[in-house]
Amino acid sequence: MRRLLPAIVVVTLLAACSSAGDRQPEAPVTEREGRAPATAQDSPSKPPPSTGQTGVITTVRPPAVDELTTGVLAKRSVYFDLDSFEVKAEYRSLLEAHAAFLRKNPGRRVVVEGNTDERGSREYNLSLGQKRAEAVKKMLVLLGVPDAQLEAVSFGEEKPKAPGKDEAAYAENRRSDLSYRAQ
Amino acid sequence: MTPLIRLLACLVLAACALSARAQMTIEVSGAGARQYPIAVTSFPGEAALPESLTAIVRADLERSGLFRIVDASGVSPVPTESSQVRFADWTARNAEFLAIGVVAPAPDGRLTVRIRLVDVVKQAELASFAFTLAPALTRVTAHRAADEIYEKITGEKGFFNTKIAYVKKSGARFDLIVADYDGQNEQSALTSREPIISPEWSPDGSRLAYVSFENRKPQIWVHEIYTSRRTLIGNFRGSNSAPVWAPNGRELAVVLTLSGASQIYVVPATGGEPRRLTTSAAIDTEPAYSPDGGTLYFTSDRGGGPQIYRMPAVGGDARRVTFKGTYNVSPKPSPDGKTLAYVTRNNGQFQVATLDLATGQELVLTDTVKDESPSFSPNGKMILYATEIAGRGVLAAVSVDGRVKQRLSVSAADAREPAWGPFAK
Repeated sequence: MRRLLPAIVVVTLLAACSSAGDRQPEAPVTEREGRAPATAQDSPSKPPPSTGQTGVITTVRPPAVDELTTGVLAKRSVYFDLDSFEVKAEYRSLLEAHAAFLRKNPGRRVVVEGNTDERGSREYNLSLGQKRAEAVKKMLVLLGVPDAQLEAVSFGEEKPKAPGKDEAAYAENRRSDLSYRAQ
Repeated sequence: MTPLIRLLACLVLAACALSARAQMTIEVSGAGARQYPIAVTSFPGEAALPESLTAIVRADLERSGLFRIVDASGVSPVPTESSQVRFADWTARNAEFLAIGVVAPAPDGRLTVRIRLVDVVKQAELASFAFTLAPALTRVTAHRAADEIYEKITGEKGFFNTKIAYVKKSGARFDLIVADYDGQNEQSALTSREPIISPEWSPDGSRLAYVSFENRKPQIWVHEIYTSRRTLIGNFRGSNSAPVWAPNGRELAVVLTLSGASQIYVVPATGGEPRRLTTSAAIDTEPAYSPDGGTLYFTSDRGGGPQIYRMPAVGGDARRVTFKGTYNVSPKPSPDGKTLAYVTRNNGQFQVATLDLATGQELVLTDTVKDESPSFSPNGKMILYATEIAGRGVLAAVSVDGRVKQRLSVSAADAREPAWGPFAK
């Protein structure tokens, strides 16, 4: 699994690069999972197709799905450039989706966790991670999420997702995560 | 030219007597500009102690970089009184100072150590001191004896009877360690599955403030290390970090994010309402009080990159202190308030440096490249810091003139976030 990480990071980086110069706010999010399956809240309205037979065909209700674990809402990470705290345009639709979910579910609470790479002072990095968390929180507030549903905290360099000491690992760790917490 | 000393003091044997876990080794390189040649004889009667008291005294003096240990073996009979010293024995070995002594049973069942410090050049007794001890206090007593010798000869207070705190990471486990200054007698005050950073000693040496991530965000605790009582004093919305004690021991400067950006506040040491000290839209962090409590040094990126600033401890206008380079962080004033230790980045290398606050002269002290968290010994002569060697976190110390370097490595673990405690009360 660990050996796969660099590959994943490279893919993520390539995806980031492909739209790095694209500053349009409407830039599409890089999405490779395809269409999100129907969720539990979707009520199937299509009538069962007529077959001309005497039997009755009933659509079996699909298993309940947690909206947060599927589709764009399953994506929780916003990556940053070196020494940057700017939320890149490619994350706009990801954050819009989470903002819509949070507006619809006022009982849910998100902690935005900022992270940095390991270079330099731990305490200064904690403050840099806080800046990354605040940037994401600010965008969610702009998208209409009440401040009370959000908290920005920093893990600094203390909880690296990628343990390595190379640029790929550092890039993976320059990140803010949306962490849904129990109310 | 002073000779290069390379000492690999394997103290594991000594450690076993007190703690089976401590496995710290110390490597010393370099030597002070002026080294005092001193012989320390073995003391008749010290075999009654669980470990050699004189070996600990010699190791302390040698580790300071200010002493060269002269071989004392082969002199017979071993003198225990100044009147018994044959000065020719010691001038022939080029010793300028000589420590002799004896360990004898005290009437109350404990042991008494009597030590005499002799000036070989002047052929005169410089000082004599005595300690009564239970055998379990051998190391503490040896450190006190070394302090007396160090102070008598150098004129500076010794730091051998002090504590350090640091964080040890072993796999996924974090321990907040309190140990003797030489890494021995290691004890864990707190074990956690989540990171611990930024331990800071209270001025009286009884409490540690630190940042723990055990509740999935950084929070500040004040921990009484001799009772294990601890209080959550920084649990505000957002991140809580970078605690540092005011010299009065009653309040701490901390960093909170109540306004969004990291800003410096003051909170009571027992917990309570924070009072905001900085009002910028930038990062203000790593506060550090001057010894008189009147000034706060801190790191800020208000001018772009991180630089060190100072302001009145009650808040007010900030003035920039560092100007060279684009990354200067982690300020720590010396105990006399005249020097600032900090970490500077040169060509991607992070190194401990000092700034003379009167002249503005800067001095890079280390040749390691991932230095963090400098802190002064309480006598201001050494700086303890964390660095990385071959991918592993180790503790290191350097004399303020940059000449003596020590490395303390913990086996099979990362050591980081060191803080040198105050003089023992």
